[in-house]
Amino acid sequence: MNINESGWRPERPIDGDKVGPGAKTFTGNRALMLEEPLIFEIGGADTTGVDLPEPRNLDSDRLGGLARTTPIGLPGLSEPETVRHYTRLSRQNYAIDLGLFPLGSCTMKHNPRLNEKVARLPDFADIHPLAPISTVQGALGVIHELGEWLKALTGMTAGAMSPKAGAHGELCGLLAIRAALEAQGDARRVVLVPRSAHGTNPATAAFCGFEVEEIPANADGRFDLAALKARIGPDVAAVMITNPNTCGLFERDFRAAADAVHAAGGYVYCDGANFNAIVGRVRPGELGVDAMHINLHKTFSTPHGGGGPGSGPVVFSDALAPYAPLPFVEQTAEGFLLIEEETAGRNHAESFGRMTAFHGQMGMFTRALAYILSHGADGLRQVSGDAVLNANYILRSLEDVLDAPFAASGPCMHEALFSDRNFGEGISTLDVAKALIDEGFHPMTVYFPLVVHGAMLVEPTETESKASLDQFLGAMRQIAQRARLGDQTLKCCPLEAPRRRLDETLAARQPRLVWQGL
Amino acid sequence: MTRYFTDEHEWIEVDGDSATVGITDHAQAQLGDIVFVEVPRPGTVLARGKEAAVVESVKAASDIYSPVSGTVIEGNSAIEDDPALVNADAEGAGWFFRLTIADPGELDGLMDEAAYRQFATDLA
Repeated sequence: MNINESGWRPERPIDGDKVGPGAKTFTGNRALMLEEPLIFEIGGADTTGVDLPEPRNLDSDRLGGLARTTPIGLPGLSEPETVRHYTRLSRQNYAIDLGLFPLGSCTMKHNPRLNEKVARLPDFADIHPLAPISTVQGALGVIHELGEWLKALTGMTAGAMSPKAGAHGELCGLLAIRAALEAQGDARRVVLVPRSAHGTNPATAAFCGFEVEEIPANADGRFDLAALKARIGPDVAAVMITNPNTCGLFERDFRAAADAVHAAGGYVYCDGANFNAIVGRVRPGELGVDAMHINLHKTFSTPHGGGGPGSGPVVFSDALAPYAPLPFVEQTAEGFLLIEEETAGRNHAESFGRMTAFHGQMGMFTRALAYILSHGADGLRQVSGDAVLNANYILRSLEDVLDAPFAASGPCMHEALFSDRNFGEGISTLDVAKALIDEGFHPMTVYFPLVVHGAMLVEPTETESKASLDQFLGAMRQIAQRARLGDQTLKCCPLEAPRRRLDETLAARQPRLVWQGL
Repeated sequence: MTRYFTDEHEWIEVDGDSATVGITDHAQAQLGDIVFVEVPRPGTVLARGKEAAVVESVKAASDIYSPVSGTVIEGNSAIEDDPALVNADAEGAGWFFRLTIADPGELDGLMDEAAYRQFATDLA
């Protein structure tokens, strides 16, 4: 029996401006949304969570007179106070395990729990990188098998597993290109980067000592092949193309661009951060790629905040394979070998060296291989298909209320891109993002890519159900209508979050990085 | 003194064989609140159309290009100390750097004020 059949709820009594969101309670808490002070504001100097015996025979001269004479000012909390503090803070966090996380370019997909189970197996989690290889054959086998999968999925011939994240992988690829050019005595200095590429690409090229030149984009959001061909010459070391690009579009002229670059003696780097949109459907090696990194933490789950660090293995073409970094795992009749400087021998003398002390992110290797094996080849093909389907559902469901600058450029890949073109006077992309927080969603990526004014980049990923997408679309349609009408109350959002709109400008101009006197 | 403009939204005010460079009011409005500026050191040799300074706003980090080739005389340390000055007075006190002009011929392809204002209006 329902004890409240009418659904009636008593109204809060009207009391001046204290009605509505954020109305004051004695504690500052709002039901289960708790107002949490800084850790330094809890407890006191006489409280501690540990009980140590008093030191005996303390020789105060052991530090040569440098012993501290005043308290260091650390927070004093009991254990339950400490546990509650961090548990309360964790409840204010937004995570992929709580809801849709449409952050474009980040691929915030669900992280299967099977990955976590496998990664925590002690034979993978508790081994040391310097353990004798005869005792870690299983772990080396995982690294090798994952590498074989990555080569098969990309149609490439060699791999480097050690790069720790996407941009580290870019650096690995460009170092191999530089080593190949140096081996030929070729002093090419220029790397071409289209405007539709990831922002890390020009940064990597500059870090590697190359001069960066930008290639313009077409009106349809793809790189300008004619402009690229016109610039290619004997001074061009490489081109770095993100495919699919940051506008969420497949670069249809990739093969033509790669052929032109190769014909002029240059190399082709592909930023594979968006590989999740084409995995199982396109082998980048067949597009003429010489080096490409793969963000294991995007394409093969475990996104940022989803369980750990990144990992950016690189795959190479035949042309660059001799220059790939050490170490790598080789399978022999006697088992798996770790090829390092001492064991590389004459066969790998051209390797450009080492990018990391050890083998790479073992925890990410186990997660990625668990993901690949549990999906299988057919499952991976469905992953990319569903990711593209979901993004196109977003694009086509919002293009009547938001400006979609590349809606006519064909289907999008894994992400849908909108601009602020139709907003009413004074309304910005930031206002729309803040309004989404009130609706309980993490905002989409805003103001990136730069080629679109007031960009909003939505990546739903394949792990969202239609029901979840429909809820997001309902909220977005309502906010977009308000933005179009110039509804100035959007400027007040978020109204329901633990904190209202923060002063990001002041925080950036005058950052306070330490607590008071520390 | 004559003021020219580039399609990358820099202005350059020429005074004899030296010039002052900054970003346009349109550029600062597009960037939003500017939170960090890095200007070139005196003696830095700049090439036309290449990076000369860096500006970061709450929205994005951008390179500022030199409209002409030349050697830096002075960077505006005032905007490094107070980046908000660029928002407040982009085409005046918020200038970025002064340089000696290597080749006055490079000024030929730049826009005058009327042409630039029309260019910026057409972008909106």
